[in-house]
Amino acid sequence: MPEQVSTRPRRSLGGWLLIAVPYAWLLFFFLAPFFIVFKISLSEIAVAIPPYMPTFDPADGWNGLVELVGGLSFDNYVWLTQDDLYWKSYISSVSIAAISTLITLLVGFPIAYGMARAPKEWRTTLLMLVILPFWTSFLIRVYAWIGILKNEGLLNQFLLWLGLIDQPLTILNTNLAVYIGIVYSYLPFLVLPLYANLEKLDTSLLEAAADLGCPPWRSFWTITVPLAIPGVIAGCFLVFIPAVGEFVIPDLLGGSETLMIGKTLWMEFFTNRDWPVSSAVAVILLLILVVPIVLFQNQQQKAAERGL
Amino acid sequence: MAKKPIGPVRRDFAPWDDPQAKPYIEFRNVTKTFGDFTAVDNLSLKIYEREFFALLGGSGCGKTTMMRMLAGFETPNAGEIFLDGQNLAGVPPYKRPVNMMFQSYALFPHMSVEANVAFGLKQEGMPKDQIAARVEEMLKLVKLQDFAKRKPHQLSGGQRQRVALARSLAKKPKVLLLDEPLGALDRKLREETQFELTDLQYELGMTFLIVTHDQEEAMTMADRIAVMDRGRIIQIATPAEIYELPNSRFVADFIGDINLMECKVAAKEGEICRMTSVEFGCEIEVAQPVEAGIGETVWFAIRPEKVRISFDEPESRVNAVTGEVWDIAYLGDVSIYHTHIANEQTVRATVANRSRVVERPVGWDDKVWLSWDADAGVVLTK
Repeated sequence: MPEQVSTRPRRSLGGWLLIAVPYAWLLFFFLAPFFIVFKISLSEIAVAIPPYMPTFDPADGWNGLVELVGGLSFDNYVWLTQDDLYWKSYISSVSIAAISTLITLLVGFPIAYGMARAPKEWRTTLLMLVILPFWTSFLIRVYAWIGILKNEGLLNQFLLWLGLIDQPLTILNTNLAVYIGIVYSYLPFLVLPLYANLEKLDTSLLEAAADLGCPPWRSFWTITVPLAIPGVIAGCFLVFIPAVGEFVIPDLLGGSETLMIGKTLWMEFFTNRDWPVSSAVAVILLLILVVPIVLFQNQQQKAAERGL
Repeated sequence: MAKKPIGPVRRDFAPWDDPQAKPYIEFRNVTKTFGDFTAVDNLSLKIYEREFFALLGGSGCGKTTMMRMLAGFETPNAGEIFLDGQNLAGVPPYKRPVNMMFQSYALFPHMSVEANVAFGLKQEGMPKDQIAARVEEMLKLVKLQDFAKRKPHQLSGGQRQRVALARSLAKKPKVLLLDEPLGALDRKLREETQFELTDLQYELGMTFLIVTHDQEEAMTMADRIAVMDRGRIIQIATPAEIYELPNSRFVADFIGDINLMECKVAAKEGEICRMTSVEFGCEIEVAQPVEAGIGETVWFAIRPEKVRISFDEPESRVNAVTGEVWDIAYLGDVSIYHTHIANEQTVRATVANRSRVVERPVGWDDKVWLSWDADAGVVLTK
């Protein structure tokens, strides 16, 4: 084999195959379905199977394709701006997700911090405990919360028994129940990256801070927290992004007034059988989420460059 | 030591010889254990003001634990530590008037060089303009004025070390602790920094306590060295004393290169002590009092540079051995001759390469005589 002088590494066949696998995966399981959804979102509702038109029949050949493209329109997107249900759902979803993320952070940070500061021999066990809920079906765990939160549920019975309340609190079927559900379900997604970050923290930095006259409660804010920011951001995005599109939790725990885009989409799709509008809703949701995802990627890259 | 003229103050600086002198730092019967492991074993130590003191030893000898106890990161299991007469028990690290330069430098990665140096001053609540002035002064001291805005990851190893030094000096602490400060630097930079540190310590008039496993570092910089092994101090002395008058085989072997010969005391006549080494097949005579009776086993230790090597048989067979040159290590400035003596023993002799021409009168496999003066070596009883 001739020696390669080029400074640019040439990929071997194996190298190409290696990167071809993830690209093929993305193409078949993300890009192609997305393209289909996008196409449907540009179609019109129809009483047919599938319930939209125009559809493409390969038998029509080139002319059929031209006709198809001619029949597409952005009417559904215009419709999304006209009915306030949709943008209200979007805003409500984002705000519920944002508030839940904040609460998750407030609950998760002390957990992650405690785990990272725990004696080394405990850490694996603690990590297991955080991951343990994943072994039970997500759906079952959310259902279980109904039993806890309903008027005659465990929580109310406990509070009544303690004498803290006279009347059962109405928690189920309110936004509060949705917050509880999201915080509970997504807590591990915040705790794990944050723990990984906090565990890496060089304790000699805290010693150096103490050595320079900084008491521990102050070095927590001047050293630990600033250095944990990449972990905080990673964890928050991992909670926020799926929470925006969450359907199961608002559907099971939320009330009729709980407006979330996942629920709206579901109704549009199954109740109204309006595939084109629900597809448009899904495409817009994706666009809304792409912004934080890009921000997240950017931040990760920066952090990697800084070697944090 | 430093090349610049050494003032009489520095030359005569020996408070440890003055029984009236008050120690500045004092460890009193300090013990520290980690589980079953005893890191520091009932250890007492006095360090004086303005002294440059080195704790020297291999890894796990307890030297770092000593320093961490002084900084307040570890609490002794027993004993007390005093700083300037104050018992440090119960004083948290952030209230101790000592600053430490960490082995890993422990620079705050999210802060600029400037902010790192200013960190300790901010904790004191020093006014902003004063902080700025002090930071500038410190960065000038370590020659990093142009790097004030950089983050630690944008600096080289040597520059980071300087930031760490500037940060630990910024508060003008009573005592500066240096934990293997030069470990990560290359040889050239290390040597330069050693001299800079000694000069700095003299100019600032602070007490420096350095922890190191590098004997050269300790020898170059320190006024006194404590050689530690397994949580105990084996010897405390000036670098010259440690080198020329080690008190035990451990110290002799740890510091520099040395030939150790097991002997038996044969006769004592006043100041003269005569010994026989069976292994080396020679008679040794020293002009120093030996604390061992006739017939007891002692060790004769002699540095390679104090051993003469020649073809001529010396007049006296005392303090001389004969053997064959087995290996010659050329180090540039000196050559080390490994000579095989009887009983497969080796004696090393160093010869300075005074002329540039590599023309060795003594070569491989030559039969040579090794000899030394009566005051060249020391007799060790431990």
